[in-house]
Amino acid sequence: MSTGTHVIEARGLDLTFQTNDGPVHALKDVNLDIDRGEFVSFIGPSGCGKTTFLRVIAALEEPTAGKITVNGMSPDEARRARAYGYVFQAAGLYPWRTIGGNVKLPLEIMGFSRAEQAERVRKVLELVDLAGFEKKYPWQLSGGMQQRASIARALAFDADLLLMDEPFGALDEIVRDHLNEQLLKLWARTEKTIAFVTHSIPEAVYLSTKIVVMSPRPGRITDIIDSPLPTERPLDIRDTPEFLEVAHRVREGLRAGHSYDD
Amino acid sequence: MKSIVPILTVVAAIVAIWYAGAFWMNSKWALEQAERNGVELSIGEVFKDAMTQERAILPAPHQVVAELWKTTVEQKITSKRSLVFHGWVTLHATLWGFALGAAVGLGLAISIVYLRVMDMSVMPWAIISQTIPIVAIAPMIIVVMTLIGVQERLVPKAIISAYLCFFPILVGMVKGLRSPDMMQLDLMKTYSASSLQSFWKLRLPSSMPYLFTSMKIGIAAALVGTIVGELPTGALRGLGARILVGDQFGPPIRIWSALMAASILAGALVATVGLIQRITLKRMGMAR
Repeated sequence: MSTGTHVIEARGLDLTFQTNDGPVHALKDVNLDIDRGEFVSFIGPSGCGKTTFLRVIAALEEPTAGKITVNGMSPDEARRARAYGYVFQAAGLYPWRTIGGNVKLPLEIMGFSRAEQAERVRKVLELVDLAGFEKKYPWQLSGGMQQRASIARALAFDADLLLMDEPFGALDEIVRDHLNEQLLKLWARTEKTIAFVTHSIPEAVYLSTKIVVMSPRPGRITDIIDSPLPTERPLDIRDTPEFLEVAHRVREGLRAGHSYDD
Repeated sequence: MKSIVPILTVVAAIVAIWYAGAFWMNSKWALEQAERNGVELSIGEVFKDAMTQERAILPAPHQVVAELWKTTVEQKITSKRSLVFHGWVTLHATLWGFALGAAVGLGLAISIVYLRVMDMSVMPWAIISQTIPIVAIAPMIIVVMTLIGVQERLVPKAIISAYLCFFPILVGMVKGLRSPDMMQLDLMKTYSASSLQSFWKLRLPSSMPYLFTSMKIGIAAALVGTIVGELPTGALRGLGARILVGDQFGPPIRIWSALMAASILAGALVATVGLIQRITLKRMGMAR
């Protein structure tokens, strides 16, 4: 892929929310490039603007200053061109639709043919290891499975960019490890660009090719770490010195942002 | 089976209180009557009399049941004396009123959810409309309908009925259509869904539990509205007319049997909505 065009390019991005308690600087002077095929994690304590930045990419929030492009377009144009799939913190599956029906939802809205819908549902459910659960209702699935279904839903229309906002935040450690491993495999198979918000250091280091460390008040980037870890990552890579070194640097970055002060 | 015990207990308690009340209220007349005739009554005789008076102030339950039996099973259903006939007249208007009220309530709810102007302007009036006693409005509606040449009594009755039942459906559906959380609305936005798509695929299905709950309240209110619409003089048919006639000319037992018939009808209507709710939610996969 040519390096000339970044998937995401942010320059001097500011976002200030006007609240009753006065203005809140959610993002201040954020500069970042994300290239095609990268797995970028955003890490930082609450209030550091990581979710806000993801929402700006998705055109769910509008920056107050600065410039950002997604696939060379404005975020809103990119949204209308259906450039990304978004995975929220909660699975948010419709209780009145089966798993298959939920995955089909974006396809119906985007006007895919029925045959194409069925084919894509089958394919992405297989991708997230949920083949055979198509006819089940969300409440019949565990939390981890529901979140996998919501990832399948975001993958169904095959956008090149996947935005994930703490998708595994509400799950227990064991399920989380398993899903992290699966997500890496999925990323390798689909070659998508993934922007991933988390507040877990091991998760960020394990998953990412690039880690963006952020700090609050005002929300800003304090460090950008290009991971030296190999693409092939078994779970026990987390015990290697390289891994611990990256994790250490992330922790340093968080500390530098005074995020442990209060 | 377990749930039947508490239900029967409550029913038994109500019947017991009813009998006690009937004895208390009717025995006075029995005693006065006896005094006038100069006879002494034993407590057993007073009780017997209180339970069998033809014009009892409070007829005993078995008398009401007997009257119900007489005016339903033992009458031709086309007869003016048949409660089935009157019940059908009332049911007919109730269903029309409910359909009208549900359509108005639903339509207003949709416009309120989508148009801020409607939200600001309609809701206060809808609330005010419910603070006006329906008995004050009902005769006016009937008079106006007659003035503009509507001869059919069904029309004003359905309108009065709709006036009462649109409100719970309006309130319930505004709440229901607004029930999807921010995340679900954001999700729709990430798909660039049109408002029509968001409505059909998210808002409407989300509102289903609210819809049925408000329809249960609505259909009971519709029945009350219809009965009120049958009360003003002029109505000769329907449970309301039956209650009024019983009130003014007939024995009290007629009111009681008409009231009983009305409550059975209300129960059946609410149960029917409940059944449709169960089937719908089950088919939607929302029932567990």
